[in-house]
Amino acid sequence: MDPMALVTPAIGLVFWTSVVFILLIFILKKFAWKPILDSVDKRNKNIEDALQSAENAKKEMENLTADNEKILSEAKTQRDLILKDAREMKESLIKDAKEKATLEAEKIMDDTREQIHNQKMKAITDLKNQVADLSIEIAEKIIKNELKDKQAQKKLVVDAMEDKDLN
Amino acid sequence: MTHNKNKLVALIFLFLYPLFSFSGDPKPLKEGEIYNPVPAIMHHIADSHEWHLWGEGKKSVSIPLPLILYCDGKLDIFFSSKFHHGKKNVKIEDREYALDHGHLVEVNNKEFVDLSITKNVASMLLSVLVLLLLFVGAARKSNQDKAPNGLLSFLEPLVLFVRDDIVKPNIGHGFKKYVPYLLTLFFFILVNNLLGLIPAAANLTGNIAVTLVLSFITLIVTNLSGNKTYWGHIFNPPGVPLALMPIMIPIEIVGIFTKPFALMIRLFANISAGHIIIMSLISLIFMAQSGLGNAGAFGVAPVSVLFVLFMYFIEVLVAFLQAYIFTLLTSLFIGLATVEHH
Repeated sequence: MDPMALVTPAIGLVFWTSVVFILLIFILKKFAWKPILDSVDKRNKNIEDALQSAENAKKEMENLTADNEKILSEAKTQRDLILKDAREMKESLIKDAKEKATLEAEKIMDDTREQIHNQKMKAITDLKNQVADLSIEIAEKIIKNELKDKQAQKKLVVDAMEDKDLN
Repeated sequence: MTHNKNKLVALIFLFLYPLFSFSGDPKPLKEGEIYNPVPAIMHHIADSHEWHLWGEGKKSVSIPLPLILYCDGKLDIFFSSKFHHGKKNVKIEDREYALDHGHLVEVNNKEFVDLSITKNVASMLLSVLVLLLLFVGAARKSNQDKAPNGLLSFLEPLVLFVRDDIVKPNIGHGFKKYVPYLLTLFFFILVNNLLGLIPAAANLTGNIAVTLVLSFITLIVTNLSGNKTYWGHIFNPPGVPLALMPIMIPIEIVGIFTKPFALMIRLFANISAGHIIIMSLISLIFMAQSGLGNAGAFGVAPVSVLFVLFMYFIEVLVAFLQAYIFTLLTSLFIGLATVEHH
């Protein structure tokens, strides 16, 4: 066999290889490469999308937690404010009440004092009147006694004075 | 257990198969003559009009293949079995064909075009069948909502490897339209490289005609993709003094052809060399037998078989490597032709 035959391309094989290979490119392109690569690319995209949405969900969760914390802290501030207001109100109420009570008590005291004074004045007036009456009575008795016995009249006045306790 | 044993026997048979299918010159050796392995090796490397499986002479078993011959404006189609392994000529009207040591001739020296389905063409059609069964089958199962399983889970990473690690980085922008061509190229070479390793199979990717077509397609695709920058580098190489232009421009033009030419030679030489080495290692047994007798053959055989086994593993690696290199370099050439000027 001629060794040159090894490096001499046979026309038949050139022809068949060209036909078969070029047809093969188009057949495999349509029925193999396109479906395989399409499904791979779509699968890749699905996976990427899924990862992206998971990431988004995570972010949303973080946002929600942050919102919750914000709301909670706002609520705490509000509570503190309300408590503070309430405490202030309580204190002012107590203070007012105390003041009012003090005023009232003073007023009552004043009234009482005045009444006592009035009563006292009245009593004194009464007493004065009684003393006057008594004086008159005693004077009457003295006069009557004097009219009977000088000694006896004197004694009478003294007794009478002793009987009546003037304070 | 017996199943495994059968598998083992089948595997041993597979590796020893070339011993049985060795077809050399049937002439008996003269006394003291050493067996010459060259004709048998050349026969194995070359194309043939029948697919020889095993046996010699009358006991030889081969698959007849159709011959398609175009001569005198007429198309002659008949099966190679009509030649009776070269012993008879085939006469159709005034045309007489003869098979001379596997080489087809027209007895009256008429010009004819041989478009026969030779062993290599048949092997190529077989590889197309394998490719279609594998990839169209896998593609039908491909589903965007499910992870790949079965055959697809093996093929999908390979397809993605070719696209994402060979084509994409070398071509860059606009790589997508070349993907079907380069995927087909890769798997066509790979499957044919591997099929060629099966004993009694054809040596398709080690045939210069096949590598010529594949590299010619690379040449066409590369130059049709060539942009302004690419042609600018050839006909007006930047930074070259005017005086050197008459030298540089022819060099650049030759460069257009040397790149695919190297591809053609590389694939052809690698695959053919692998086959030649394996055949040579097996031939050692026959050479030892003719020189030292049966004892010599038995002495050499284990060593030879071990080396053949080793070479087979290397050849499987080479099958992948050469498919990878051919696809990689084609991508690279296309990438160089389409790169945008910065």
